[in-house]
Amino acid sequence: MSLFVNITLDGIANGMIFAALALALVLIFRATRIVNFAQGAMGMITTFIASSLLGQGVGYWWAFVAVLAIGFVLGALVERVLIRPLQGKSELNPVIVTIGLLVVLEGVAGAIYGNSSRGFPAAYSQSGLTVGHTKIAFSHFDVFILGAVLALMIATLLLFRMTTLGLRMRASAFAGEISRLLGVRVGLFLTLGWALAGVAGSLAGLLVAPTSSFGPYYMDLVLVYAFTAAVVGGLESPVGALIGGLITGLCISYVGGYLGSGLQPLGALALLMVALMARPEGIFARPPARKV
Amino acid sequence: MLEVQGLCVSYGAVDALRSVTFQARSGSITAILGANGAGKTTLLRTISGLVKPRSGTVRFSGEELVGNPVENIARRGVAHVPEGRGVIAELTVEENLRLPTLWSMGHHQRQAAIEATFELFPRLRDFRRHHASALSGGERQMLVIGRAFISRPRLLLLDEPSLGLAPIVTAQLMTLLRDRTEGTDLTVVLVEQNARSALSVSQHAVVLNLGEVVVSDEASVIAADNALRHHHLGF
Repeated sequence: MSLFVNITLDGIANGMIFAALALALVLIFRATRIVNFAQGAMGMITTFIASSLLGQGVGYWWAFVAVLAIGFVLGALVERVLIRPLQGKSELNPVIVTIGLLVVLEGVAGAIYGNSSRGFPAAYSQSGLTVGHTKIAFSHFDVFILGAVLALMIATLLLFRMTTLGLRMRASAFAGEISRLLGVRVGLFLTLGWALAGVAGSLAGLLVAPTSSFGPYYMDLVLVYAFTAAVVGGLESPVGALIGGLITGLCISYVGGYLGSGLQPLGALALLMVALMARPEGIFARPPARKV
Repeated sequence: MLEVQGLCVSYGAVDALRSVTFQARSGSITAILGANGAGKTTLLRTISGLVKPRSGTVRFSGEELVGNPVENIARRGVAHVPEGRGVIAELTVEENLRLPTLWSMGHHQRQAAIEATFELFPRLRDFRRHHASALSGGERQMLVIGRAFISRPRLLLLDEPSLGLAPIVTAQLMTLLRDRTEGTDLTVVLVEQNARSALSVSQHAVVLNLGEVVVSDEASVIAADNALRHHHLGF
């Protein structure tokens, strides 16, 4: 029983991180119909910047905020410099550019920081909390992960649902041409979507680094899991990203706990296939528009 | 006053518009008529900036529109209602109506404008918090027309507003257009397949054929020209 509880708790903590990166993929996909394969690598680069800042003696929270801001700028830059010029051509071109960016970012990180993995500090203690007299597999840092990702999700939903900025972002994503005819600066809001995805990706990078072998490639597998989460959630919905992240986190946690950790990527692949066969439009896909 | 001068548009090797020239006066409705493929939709898309012309000018109130981004042209008071799919189905009815007011109106002015639209089309009030995907074809047309008027346009470009509407709804729509145009400084350019109803409300008409202007004259003159009607307008 305690094994099951601990595996579940571990799955929730991991699932929240996948949800953050899945949110980044969703924000970009629904705005520009592109799967950004470089999203994990962008989070890796910003986390290396955080590592450098911490090495210079900058406080953790200052580095944390600075890196989220850098993620924002990096996301906007990638859209403006690499993606925007390919607009109107084949939809495959920008996707291939993001794969190229992934390779370049990992190469640059390896060249500057070396390819071996190094440590990265956690914001809070990583030893398990004690409930009653038993120690559970859920640490202060896991509580922080839960809170940080939930805050990100709630902020995103409030932005989209309650503000005119969010209304313009949704309109730009759903119907770019009509929105432009209504005076909405669609290009600006698509860039903003990439920038917010950059923030979510940076957060995921910071949250993964302490619990993994932090190096140029530590986000690769996380991106695979986040992609699975995004597809399970429907690729278009922030709530779907959260639920998909939790499902994926729990799934690979159970596979790892009961079958062996080497099978975790296969578990994600199996989940992806089951999701695509059972509900190819995703759990939270928007209802198809009524054709009149 | 809209002045289109020598407008040429090509899609690859195909000429969609060949040196199109016409004028649309303010306070009046100008109908653009012609068969499928005559270039009517391309003409509207070029005026609103969605299509870049190869050559030619589009002047509105003396200002050149060609070369400006679509959203800047919209902000100068040009409202383009595209054919068929003008509703943003994923947004609610109210959100659709708010969108063109976000850059031009304060909160109170916006609420008043939305209320006025609901007065005009009471059906929309019932659906204000529903996604526009829940609307019927006629209700969607009310929404896009209401949304076009809410931004207080000076130039209104309508692409086949009667498409798929019942004749009585089309008649109401045409009456509304005439009431909103006569005696104001609004310029309306109305693209229609349904030449008979378009000629009944417009003062001026331009007949296009294969991207060229066949005739540009008073609507009453064109309606009286039997040979032209039979040949280009099919009634």
